Amino acid sequence: MQKRRGATQAEVPAASSLRSTMTSTPFSRARDQLGDAQLVELYRQMMLIRRFEEKCQEMYTRAKIGGFLHLYVGEEATGVGAISNLQSQDHIFTHYRDHGHAIARGLNIDELMAELFGKDTGTSHGMGGSMHFADITKNFWGGYAIVGSHLLLAAGVALACQMQKTNGVVMVFFGDGATNGGEFYESLNFAQLWKLPVVFVCENNLYAMGTPIEVHSSVKEIYRKASAFDMKAMRIDGNDVLTVREQVAEAVEYARSGQGPVLVEAMTYRFRGHSAQDTQKYRSKEDVEQHRSNDPVLIFRKELIDAGVSSAADIDALDAVIDEQVEASVRFADESPVPGNEWLTDSGIYAAPLATATVDPDLV
Amino acid sequence: MPVLTVREALQQALHEAMADERTFIIGEDIGHYGSTYGVTAGFLEKYGPERIRDAPIAEAGIVGLAVGAAMAGMRPIAEIMSVNFSLLAFDMIINHAAKIYSMFGGKFSVPLVMRTTNGWTQLSATHSQTFDSMFAHIPGLKVVAPATPADMKGLFRAAMADPDPVIFIEHTLMYGIKGEVPDGDYIVPIGKSVLAREGRHITVVTYSRMVHLSLQAADILAKEGIEVEIVDLRTLRPLDMSIALESFKKTNRAVVVTEDWQSYGTSAEIATRLYEQGFDYLDAPIQRVNFREVPMPYAKNLEQQVVVTTDRIVAAIKKVLNRS
Repeated sequence: MQKRRGATQAEVPAASSLRSTMTSTPFSRARDQLGDAQLVELYRQMMLIRRFEEKCQEMYTRAKIGGFLHLYVGEEATGVGAISNLQSQDHIFTHYRDHGHAIARGLNIDELMAELFGKDTGTSHGMGGSMHFADITKNFWGGYAIVGSHLLLAAGVALACQMQKTNGVVMVFFGDGATNGGEFYESLNFAQLWKLPVVFVCENNLYAMGTPIEVHSSVKEIYRKASAFDMKAMRIDGNDVLTVREQVAEAVEYARSGQGPVLVEAMTYRFRGHSAQDTQKYRSKEDVEQHRSNDPVLIFRKELIDAGVSSAADIDALDAVIDEQVEASVRFADESPVPGNEWLTDSGIYAAPLATATVDPDLV
Repeated sequence: MPVLTVREALQQALHEAMADERTFIIGEDIGHYGSTYGVTAGFLEKYGPERIRDAPIAEAGIVGLAVGAAMAGMRPIAEIMSVNFSLLAFDMIINHAAKIYSMFGGKFSVPLVMRTTNGWTQLSATHSQTFDSMFAHIPGLKVVAPATPADMKGLFRAAMADPDPVIFIEHTLMYGIKGEVPDGDYIVPIGKSVLAREGRHITVVTYSRMVHLSLQAADILAKEGIEVEIVDLRTLRPLDMSIALESFKKTNRAVVVTEDWQSYGTSAEIATRLYEQGFDYLDAPIQRVNFREVPMPYAKNLEQQVVVTTDRIVAAIKKVLNRS
């Protein structure tokens, strides 16, 4: 089993090893750079994801949400820390466990909950569900549910950024399980070959669905897979939001400067099953409990209070606001209308519908 | 009107497409090699490597990057040298290009054109297949398979102007075929079939290279007093059966000619539509002419028995007309 907190960073090839002074820490550096309010904002995002996900589980149990439900609980620090480095012209692609990234990018949780409820007010009009949140106004191109596939789409958007000279960077999230298929290797090769501005963020939560990394990958350190492409890579502690932020900032800067893509391996752990239906026979309760004692949201919460960034009372008040926002999203979703039958016609399938006279109207 | 080959008509359409700065071409051996079938010959020299992108042999990547770039405002042309190789990109074509518009609630689309080729010439099992029905089966795709130089140009222009993913099927044995092609802006709308030859005794419904073989068959039969009407579908999805049905209602007999395996192939859909919507006009069972259902053999004598020939079309027409 991987050592988690404090997992060493390794870079191939080394780009910047000038990690400041002995005394400073990711926390102190971030506090200096961002200020207290921004640190609290990062906490707010993490806790909003946590509470949203917990509410999703509840709504799933109550059959308000159908299909598959993959929760981001336990991995909040990776998504929030990484996405905090992006600017408005940057782009995000992610996998089917997409709620956390959507919230970190600032998508409206009312619309997210409505999407889960299959409502017309959802981000995708109820056509996508849990695995397919998207918001083009935020360059959030969506969650994709075929493992590894969206890495190629991300490289394609990066190619567009490069050709259009937008100075944009594409960040794409995927799991350790996505790094064994051909689309992963094709995307790394294309990205490095054409120096595309992509930050590949592998959320290594140690399991490809329920198959442990020792069983699914010949190379256990995912970042090393980049070396086959002469690509810059790093392995970071994905459990500490400020470490993630700091390390990924370097990767984003590198990609934005035109030097090419970076593969970031963030070591993390999901507290819940692969999906809401997962009985988790592949890992012990003790193992999960041990990781839960290292909860990225609660640790950061404690750090903020201990360092005097925020008082316990203020954080409690913030938590209460988050709870109310999540409750409100459920009310919004509940009260929203379902999508209309036009989604079952050509106009729901094509941007330029071309129904022909010979298509039997009873069939559409 | 200028007479051009299919290759020249496509070149003209591609040059016109390149006038849009958002357009680039991505594919295998399209640049440095000089283009496998000569369609993009000279393009690298004219447009440079930024826009004529020689890609690694990685079909999922070629289509996947093109899909992503299309989503982000480019107008890419992805070239898959042979449709046989497109199988490696089916995840990108079916799970992504075809789904993205509806799956994300119509918030963005994929204005991608994927060019590819059908064809065979003693290339044996894995280089002689056609997958027309597999593309045309998928809601979310538009699929065109033109037969003439004019339609190649006109439908390519329409495909480039379309906000949805279009699979543009060419044929390696058609690049040398000549025909009149209108100058300048010439657009043939996607989803419109056309009458390729008028006749009154029987209707042949077909598309792509089989239009030309059907025309040859019609010439042969004309000498025997049989007047064959030929409908060129041009687009497989959306499928416009209006002209075929009109013709069928006149002739009451039909043969469907497609260059693919018969079972679950495009001819099955076409014949079914004739049966469903023209049943009252039916005078004889519809016949189909297709590949024989075997993996394509290499040996020429065997290959000739698998592919569709003019003789086989003639025989099918006579059978439906009860002539010998």
